[in-house]
Amino acid sequence: MIHQFKNNGYNIVMDVCSGAVHVVDDLTYDVIAFYEENNQKKSETTIEALLDRFPAYSRRELEEALAEVEERKAQGELFAPDEYEDVVWEFKKRKTVVKALCLHIAHDCNLGCRYCFAGEGEYHGDRSMMSYEVGKQALDFLVEHSGNRRNLEVDFFGGEPTMNFDVVKKLVEYGRSLEEPHQKKFRFTLTTNGLLLDDAIMEFANREMANVVLSIDGRKEVNDYMRPAKNGKSTYDLIVPKFQKFARLRNQTNYYVRGTFTRHNLDFSKDVLHLADLGFRQISVEPVVAQPDEPYAIREEDLPQLMEEYDKLAKEMLKREQEGRGFQFFHFMIDLTQGPCVMKRLSGCGSGTEYLAVTPWGDLYPCHQFVGQEEFRLGSVFDGIQAEELRDEFKLCNVYAKEKCRSCFARFYCSGGCAANSYHFHGSILDAYDIGCELQKKRIECAIMIKAALADQEEKENERA
Amino acid sequence: MKHIKTLTNKTLKSTMEKGGCGECQTSCQSACKTSCTVGNQTCENKR
Repeated sequence: MIHQFKNNGYNIVMDVCSGAVHVVDDLTYDVIAFYEENNQKKSETTIEALLDRFPAYSRRELEEALAEVEERKAQGELFAPDEYEDVVWEFKKRKTVVKALCLHIAHDCNLGCRYCFAGEGEYHGDRSMMSYEVGKQALDFLVEHSGNRRNLEVDFFGGEPTMNFDVVKKLVEYGRSLEEPHQKKFRFTLTTNGLLLDDAIMEFANREMANVVLSIDGRKEVNDYMRPAKNGKSTYDLIVPKFQKFARLRNQTNYYVRGTFTRHNLDFSKDVLHLADLGFRQISVEPVVAQPDEPYAIREEDLPQLMEEYDKLAKEMLKREQEGRGFQFFHFMIDLTQGPCVMKRLSGCGSGTEYLAVTPWGDLYPCHQFVGQEEFRLGSVFDGIQAEELRDEFKLCNVYAKEKCRSCFARFYCSGGCAANSYHFHGSILDAYDIGCELQKKRIECAIMIKAALADQEEKENERA
Repeated sequence: MKHIKTLTNKTLKSTMEKGGCGECQTSCQSACKTSCTVGNQTCENKR
């Protein structure tokens, strides 16, 4: 399967199943499209057929391009078949281990974000804090169910986890005490809105947290409209200086400022650039996921503008990179050389099996987005997984189980998308959230264009040298 | 090659042999939490 697109002056050809990515001239771009069309019809692409279709090109040009295309095909870098389906089903049937927990340290929050999927931190339930005993049991559960997996991930999430930070500190200490005897390595991460952030928390996090996610939406008016404090007041001025300090203390690595854009800021590239202008170098800004009746929900009619915004952002990022003031945008990051294996790419996010969310009272859910929906309760850290049928439903969820994903070029990059989004829009984890898919595809294209442009620049610099 | 410049020729197929060790990061533990992004992750297979 081939996916072709033109972006910022580059003709890009992705050979979806081999993972190869090519930049080609106009002639070859057309020849490859024609070749793919013929493949679909199971007919051969001959030079005569090409001459007939593209009279503007000469026979010699077409012969040359066709020869190159066929050479790449022979090398398995164009028109590679999809040979993974059986392997992935087998892989999914294997005995899985738990490798990551999202600990809901606090089901309470000091902000009143309008778009919060947790209902202002409370997850459709009562406010509550995770006790040390529950957290300790969760870490024991993780170690016990992690098999030979060495790297274990624990995210301190909420609500707002700094509202229960003493428990966070004690749990980190407890986790560290488990590492040597069990031959494990914990990677702790913290997601915070920053209101309670102080020097002591920063110092602790810089010592113990492999990554911190700092929530801010961008421009002051955008952030303050969607992320007001409980009393309705502005939060921007309170959090920005702390986040800047935090990022500096972390040497501008191993953190993300993370925002959400909504229908109220469809010009979100300005928010990303605003965060970059504030000095942040690791930025993630994602589209809100909300039901269509919410005024801030992204609608299908918004897609053209959002696509333009991603293009604008990609071009500006390239410009800044050239000027020596580049930054990372999480959703444009793509690893074309050391990226994940095909099993990882096709088998989904691991929710419900490798990745579980733990409520303050120890219940287990497939992920943080299912917490509070009783029908998705899997068990508890005390009793283990009880809803095995539900667990198996998640376990077998993969791109080949999803009709929409089977033939999508993005399936090797998004892994079939988010199960929670699929469920919330279609009532099934085997569907896909369509608006999310369109945006994901665009981000992949932009990410690849950036790689093409950087390679192009490097080549030009080498020629000059 | 005159017409085709290859950014990556990585054939995913070759990752089938040693792949699937599971040591890599869980996608939602990084910076998404509402989408699924695996293409940007790095393989941690040290075998």
